[in-house]
Amino acid sequence: MKATIFKDVAKPILAGFGITAKRLKHKKVTVMYPETLREQYPRTRWRHFLTKYDNGLEKCIGCSLCAGACPARCIFVEAAENTDEERYSPGERYAKRYEINMLRCIFCGYCQDACPTGAIVLRKNFELSNYKREDFIYTKEMLLESHPGENMEPFKGFRQKA
Amino acid sequence: MPKRVETIVFHDSSSPAIPGVEKGSNFVVTSLDFLINQARANSLWPLTFGLACCAIEMMSTVAARFDLARFGSEAFRATPRQADVMIIAGRLSKKMAPVLRQIYDQMPEPKWVISMGACASSGGVYNNYAIVQGSDQVVPVDVYVPGCPPSPDALLYGILKLQEKVKKRKFNTLIELTPRHLANIEGEELTA
Repeated sequence: MKATIFKDVAKPILAGFGITAKRLKHKKVTVMYPETLREQYPRTRWRHFLTKYDNGLEKCIGCSLCAGACPARCIFVEAAENTDEERYSPGERYAKRYEINMLRCIFCGYCQDACPTGAIVLRKNFELSNYKREDFIYTKEMLLESHPGENMEPFKGFRQKA
Repeated sequence: MPKRVETIVFHDSSSPAIPGVEKGSNFVVTSLDFLINQARANSLWPLTFGLACCAIEMMSTVAARFDLARFGSEAFRATPRQADVMIIAGRLSKKMAPVLRQIYDQMPEPKWVISMGACASSGGVYNNYAIVQGSDQVVPVDVYVPGCPPSPDALLYGILKLQEKVKKRKFNTLIELTPRHLANIEGEELTA
């Protein structure tokens, strides 16, 4: 009877834990997401930025080519004329309103391809979830980078220490 | 022939159906509130509701690399009776909408909905006759996750946002939008 217990119960348990023990040597694959971020692929496309020149002028000239190229029709651009008193961009016109519906957007990057001045870029900030539909209309104030080159700074998650 | 889904949902599950009922929290059971909310937030069992390509990302969220089990959501349930959160992963066609609503109705309270991806949240590129333009026309949505499809870490962020929302929930709020409640809020817009 004793031998049976060893053969039928203890031995399979030990064999099972043996497999577990062997797996312990393997490399850990889990990315501990909120604490650490995985390395995103170089061409990952997420959140949009409206970039600026080094002198602080906006690159966007309000041409609406991004809106034309958008397959989901999620971009809205309203252009206005630059004047010498109020100058936002080097060209004749600037984007008075620039809105992207982030829920419609499929992050294909066609807007980035279509942009003649490289104003709109898609960067790696993927933490875009929110509770309300209204919060997904990203206005120009939200999209425009606060200082030139902000969009090139590496993305840090919401729980990473700076 | 199923009924056409034309109801507009005014609220999500955290906002009260009758305005003004969320006056103050119950003094005695606040600690109990906290405890129960912690328990609920850390064991959100999702319903397997993959409708399209977003489901692939939802599956890989559960897999070893991103491991949704770290947040207590590893138990994907195939029956709505045992699920807490419905992850609508993929485009919702108009033919599927009554089915989705029925499955949502079959889920026990409390229940939450994550709308995953551009198509489920707003229709995405499919602005046509076949796709519901936003699944919140059919069920109340708690968290929207944009992306096409959202990468597993983006979905994880959405689930973390939902957990935050669950932890803030008060107990004396009504969450079911019944016809009686609908009559009470007739003509009144719920923006809070």
